[in-house]
Amino acid sequence: MAKKPKNKRRDFLQLSTVTLGAVGTAAFIWPFLKSMSPAEDTLAAGSTEVDISTIEEGQSITIKWRGKPVFIKKRTKEEIDAAKMVQASDLRDPQDDADRVQKEEWLVLVGVCTHLGCVPLGQKVSDMKGEYDGWYCPCHGSHYDTSGRIRKGPAPKNLDVPPYTFLNDNTIKIG
Amino acid sequence: MDKNRKVHQFKNPVLNWIEFRLPIISYFKKEYGDYPMPKNCNYFWSFGALATITLVTMIVSGIFLAMNYTPHTDMAFDSVERIMRDVNYGWLMRYIHSNGAAFFFIIVYIHIVRAMYFGSYKYPRELNWILGVFIFLLMMATSFLGYTLPWGQMSYWGATVITNLFSAIPFIGEGLKTWLLGDYNVGNATLNRFFALHYVLPFVIFGVVGLHVAAVHVHGSNNPDGIDIKTNNDSVNFFPYMLIKDTVAMCAFGVAISAVIFFGPNLMAEVDNYIPADPLVTPAHIVPNWYLAPFYAILRAVPDKLGGVLLMFGAIVILFILPWLDRSKVRSCNYRPIYKWFMMGFFVNFFALGYVGMLPAEGLYLLIARVGLLYYFGFFFIITPFVGWIEKPSKLPLSISDVYAKNITPNIGGGEKGIPSPAMQKDTNL
Repeated sequence: MAKKPKNKRRDFLQLSTVTLGAVGTAAFIWPFLKSMSPAEDTLAAGSTEVDISTIEEGQSITIKWRGKPVFIKKRTKEEIDAAKMVQASDLRDPQDDADRVQKEEWLVLVGVCTHLGCVPLGQKVSDMKGEYDGWYCPCHGSHYDTSGRIRKGPAPKNLDVPPYTFLNDNTIKIG
Repeated sequence: MDKNRKVHQFKNPVLNWIEFRLPIISYFKKEYGDYPMPKNCNYFWSFGALATITLVTMIVSGIFLAMNYTPHTDMAFDSVERIMRDVNYGWLMRYIHSNGAAFFFIIVYIHIVRAMYFGSYKYPRELNWILGVFIFLLMMATSFLGYTLPWGQMSYWGATVITNLFSAIPFIGEGLKTWLLGDYNVGNATLNRFFALHYVLPFVIFGVVGLHVAAVHVHGSNNPDGIDIKTNNDSVNFFPYMLIKDTVAMCAFGVAISAVIFFGPNLMAEVDNYIPADPLVTPAHIVPNWYLAPFYAILRAVPDKLGGVLLMFGAIVILFILPWLDRSKVRSCNYRPIYKWFMMGFFVNFFALGYVGMLPAEGLYLLIARVGLLYYFGFFFIITPFVGWIEKPSKLPLSISDVYAKNITPNIGGGEKGIPSPAMQKDTNL
C-alpha cells in the first residue's frame, strides 16, 4: 500500500514525541521528589559518637540517633547468660545473642518497639522490664529479653541493632 | 433531572460510565479538543497557555520550597540558605521559583500587550479582560508577599516601603498599616501572615484563571485581524493544531528560562537580598523587582505622598475600564492607522517607566518618569477615547480566510509565478 510508509513516519513521530515528553516530565519531577529525602545537613547528623566509659555494669543509657532513642546497655554476667541460654529456634524472630552484639557486655539497640513504634520501658531501675527482664512496651504489651529479642506480645521482630563500631574501649560510634 | 439528556457515546466503556455520571469527558473534548481557534492566530496566542504552565510550575516549586522554609524572623534567612546548600536540589527549586516569578511577569506582560494591541478586551470579551486585570493584581500582591519571605535586606525594606503606602490614607492610614503588619514595624507577625497569604493566593489566582479561560471559551479567541469566525474555513481545531503550536512555544520558553536558571540565576536578583534583614540599616538604594518598577516610577514621580499612592494604584485600576474608554468598534490595531502608533508608544513608555523606576529618582530620570506618567494617563483618558472618534480605520477583511486570499500574489508564497501561496493551498484543501 502506498499509505504505509507515511503512517510509519507518523507513528514514529508520535511515539518519539510522547517518549520525549515523558522523559522530560520525569526529569522535571525527579528533583522535587529527591528534595523530600534527607538533606545534606540531616545526613551529616546521621552518626553519633558516645562516651561509654561512665556506664556501670547493669546500667543502660539512652542517646538520640537520627531522632530515635538508642539504648546502650552494659549487661551483667547473669543477663548475658540468660540471653545465651535461649534456643534461637524457639523464638518468633530467631537470632542468637552472639549475632546481636559485638562485645558480649555491650548491647546496643534502637529503642523503638517493632510493633507500632513506641519506646519500650526498662531503661530506668524503677521501670517495668517485662517477664523476660529486658524491656516492656507499655503501648500494647510486648516483652523483650536481655538481648532485646521479642518473647511475648504483638511485636513481630526483635529490637533493631543499629550499625555501630567501637572507636576504642571507651567510645562507640553509632551510624 | 433531565431524562432526555443526550449522553455522549465513546468507544471506551469506562469513559461512558464516567460520562453518564459526570459529563466531564465531553466537556474536555468540546473545550480542548474540537474547540475552534481562529486559524490566523500567531504565537502571541500561545502566551495564555505559557502563563498557565508557569503558574502550575510556580505552585509546584513553591509547595516544595515551603516544605523546607521556616517563617520566623530568626530562621527565615538561614532556612533559605539551607535550601540553597543542604536540601537536595534546593538550589534548583529556588531558582525555578525566583526566576519563574520574573518569567511569569514577562509572559503576562506580553499577554496583556497582545490583548491591548489586537483589541481582545473589546465586546464581547470585556469581562474576560476584567478577570485578567484582576489576575494581574493578584500576581503583583503574591510576588510582593513572596519577595518578603527570604528575609534579606531588600525583603525587609521592600515590605516596609510598600506597607507604608497605606499610611498615606488620611485618618485611618497609620492604624491600617499597623493592622496589616500586626506590629508597629515589619516583624515576625508580618512574616508569618505574609507566608500564609503567599501560600494561598496562588490558588486564588488558579481559580480566577479557570474563570478567565472559561470566559474566553464562550465567544472564542480573538485573532490578529480582530474579526469573528464566520465559517469552518476560518478556524482549526484546538487539538491537535493549537496544542502542537503551544507545545512548540513551550519548548522555546523552556530553553529561555533554563538558560537563565542554569547560567544566570541571579541576573534578575538584587545583591542586597543576600544580606540578612537588618531593621536598623536601610540599603543605600532600594529597588523593587523590575516587573513592578513601572508602577514604582509613577509613585516616585509625584511630589505628594497620598497623590503618588493614588496614581500608582490608579495606573492599575484604570485598566479595568479600558473596554469602555475605547469607543472604536475595530479591534485590531493592524486596522487602526493612528491608534496603532499611540499604542506602540504606550508600550515604549511603559518600558521607559520601568527603566527609570529602577534608577534613583532624581534629575533626568525624574523628568522622564513625570513625562511617562503624563503619557500613561493621557493615553487612557484622552488618546484612547479621542482617537477612536476621529480615526478612519482601514478596510477590514470580510473573513479570516479572506486575509489569506488577499495574500495571493505571485511574489508571496512560492516566489515563482503561478505557484499559489501555502495559505491558498490550505484554503482550497479545506
